[in-house]
Amino acid sequence: MKYISEFRDGVLAKQIAQQIAAEIKPEQHYRLMEFCGGHTHTIFRYGIPELLPSNVKMLHGPGCPVCVLPIKRIDAAIELALRPKTILCSYGDMLRVPGSNKMSLLKAKSQGADVRMIYSPADTIKIAQNEPDKQVIFFAVGFETTTPPTAVIIEQALKLNLSNLFIFCNHVLTPPAITGILEPAKQAGIKVLDGLIGPGHVSVITGSKPYEQLAKHYQVPIVISGFEPIDILQSILMLIKQVNRQSYQVENQYTRAVSAEGNAKAQALMAEYFELREYFEWRGLGEMPFSAIKIKPEFKHLDAEQSFRLSQPTGCDNKACECPAVLTGQKKPTDCKLFNKPCTPENPLGSCMVSSEGACAAYYTYKPHTYR
Amino acid sequence: MCLAVPVKVEQLLEDQQAIVDLSGVKTTISLALVDDIEVGDYVILHVGYALNKLDKLEAEETLKLFSEGGI
Amino acid sequence: MALDIKNGTIEMAHGSGGRAMSELIDQLFLPAFDNEFLQQKNDQALITLPGQRVVMATDSHVVSPLFFPGGNIGSLSVHGTINDVAMSGAKPLYLSASFILEEGFPLSSLQRIVYSMAEAAKECQTPIITGDTKVVEKGHGDGIYINTTGIGIVSNELTLKPSNIQVGDKILINGTIGDHGTTIMSARQDMNFSSDLRSDSQALHDLVAIMVKASPTIRCMRDPTRGGLGASLNELAQCAKIGMVLEEAQIPVKTAVTATSEILGLDPMYIANEGKLVAICPPNQAESLLTAMQSHPKGQDAAIIGEVIEDKHQFVQLKTEFGGKRIIDWRYADPLPRIC
Repeated sequence: MKYISEFRDGVLAKQIAQQIAAEIKPEQHYRLMEFCGGHTHTIFRYGIPELLPSNVKMLHGPGCPVCVLPIKRIDAAIELALRPKTILCSYGDMLRVPGSNKMSLLKAKSQGADVRMIYSPADTIKIAQNEPDKQVIFFAVGFETTTPPTAVIIEQALKLNLSNLFIFCNHVLTPPAITGILEPAKQAGIKVLDGLIGPGHVSVITGSKPYEQLAKHYQVPIVISGFEPIDILQSILMLIKQVNRQSYQVENQYTRAVSAEGNAKAQALMAEYFELREYFEWRGLGEMPFSAIKIKPEFKHLDAEQSFRLSQPTGCDNKACECPAVLTGQKKPTDCKLFNKPCTPENPLGSCMVSSEGACAAYYTYKPHTYR
Repeated sequence: MCLAVPVKVEQLLEDQQAIVDLSGVKTTISLALVDDIEVGDYVILHVGYALNKLDKLEAEETLKLFSEGGI
Repeated sequence: MALDIKNGTIEMAHGSGGRAMSELIDQLFLPAFDNEFLQQKNDQALITLPGQRVVMATDSHVVSPLFFPGGNIGSLSVHGTINDVAMSGAKPLYLSASFILEEGFPLSSLQRIVYSMAEAAKECQTPIITGDTKVVEKGHGDGIYINTTGIGIVSNELTLKPSNIQVGDKILINGTIGDHGTTIMSARQDMNFSSDLRSDSQALHDLVAIMVKASPTIRCMRDPTRGGLGASLNELAQCAKIGMVLEEAQIPVKTAVTATSEILGLDPMYIANEGKLVAICPPNQAESLLTAMQSHPKGQDAAIIGEVIEDKHQFVQLKTEFGGKRIIDWRYADPLPRIC
């Protein structure tokens, strides 16, 4: 597969691993965090930790937009799905995420809700056109990678004058999330990270520029990385070199897809239909200012939150859950009292266990020897 | 972030759509988020949309860096 | 009254036990499955199996979509149960088939399915000798559900089971993984993928027959259906209380399966198969078993994919092509396409 297979070459991997080994200072500890769930996935799938020297530790970030969505929002999606004459469209990732009372979208489906898994937001337009008597609600989640497609369907819905399509917008922003990880440690005067593997596909849209301020302010080098194992190894090498020369810059490893400015067309589309929310609650990271977006008031007829009355949200995280500490790299999954008993991927209690890329889920799946 | 793959543009369709190919598997996607795409270009595909055009020269440069052993 | 196969649909009467049901059976099922047992028109079939060890297996089929490249729910139901029987090393002999039909189901679709079943049964020399038909109200079924039960006979020398597995044994597979599940997913109307992928649905009893000859002390066989190779190997590891190490480079996967999995975020290790088996044999028989499999049309892409090791955790590990190692865990549920 072009532009995929070349970046999975085992021989190249060994070469880069050797360069990493040659570069590290034996007395130095390198704590590197990958922000993206996709990067976590690659790291485990290809067994990358095994190729690294023992003083290079990989910490796993907020995972992905599935993990950080608070229970209240999932409860709201389930409530919308259970409305009569309603079709709720959702990406596969969200279907099994548990809300309050052990409910989920799939469970709502088994209770009679019309919940449909979609691969692309474009599918929701077709469904709305084919079912004029039903209200079609799209459960939109995702960071900046997934937001522009939602903007496209808003534009299409307006052009087609669709009156039965609504978007339940839960799109969140990456730079505030990175702040949410790094700020607590800065306030406590400690350093938990030596380097950050920056988001790859988010940066295709945002460009690498938005991270420059973060690198400087938190004094942590950031390398924007592609998703293939070679990309990640190369990014790790670049971070180690920066740590060694005490540099705090943003470097772009994923040059074949990411530019400094990003995708201006996509950015313009997002700006046309969305505006910032003053506050948004993140599972595991708490309330963060200007960290999420909502549909602009002039398009409120497409906004599920403004078109339907939802009951007051009450769901909240388990008090013993250590996700905030795990997400910010301060604790390991196995440090949490709930880990494996009873918090497991089948019965997740916190954001880190919810999606397969969450730190705890990845640990559970790929490091069973650490706790069994 | 997020699952996206590089695919080759095989055919441009109307309404900003295109047929793309990944190793023999073909699917129709939207080009609404990108401009100036031609047949033969590679794009990054995410949830049915092309997010950006892949820069072939940069890709080759990155691979060359690996094999030369430098950064 | 003659059935209108072209435009007719299933009615509640077809399941009511009266003349309508008789007509459905006489005009569709009996001619298609035709054999001496069915010709007797009893509610049961009388078989004589003096002094034999009998294997019995049952499977219900609820696949959607009903028709897909490489087969349909009918051929699947025949192949699936024959394979369950064959995994014990048995020669399949007879099948039963019971149908739950939804009111309004087109007779033309039913005929296509029944003809596929008849063809598959004939090819496998495993006649359908008894059956049942029920009809449920519209909205209470997915068109059609099929249950098939099969029996076979197995020689006295063969008692294949997971507890036979020993440390050092080799693990073999007869071909590419993930073909069926990926085809089904691509055939969904809303996923507009096109490729030359077909379901691998096929009966494996003839391949099994030559395998047990080539490896007389073969330990165990299993056909990895729902849950994929990953689920089957974990089941075996847990039962036998051993671990496994697989070589990713040796596991055959079609390019189209890899590509579709890349786009949807799936892992071929967990995707369903319908014409594959995994076999575990003593190390000194592995090469001859592999040769025998590769010489059979249903084993052309066969490979030795790993070996059994001592492991108190009973992990199934995979040595990646990349040089690292990862664990193939025992997934809880079906994989779903993901966006991140």
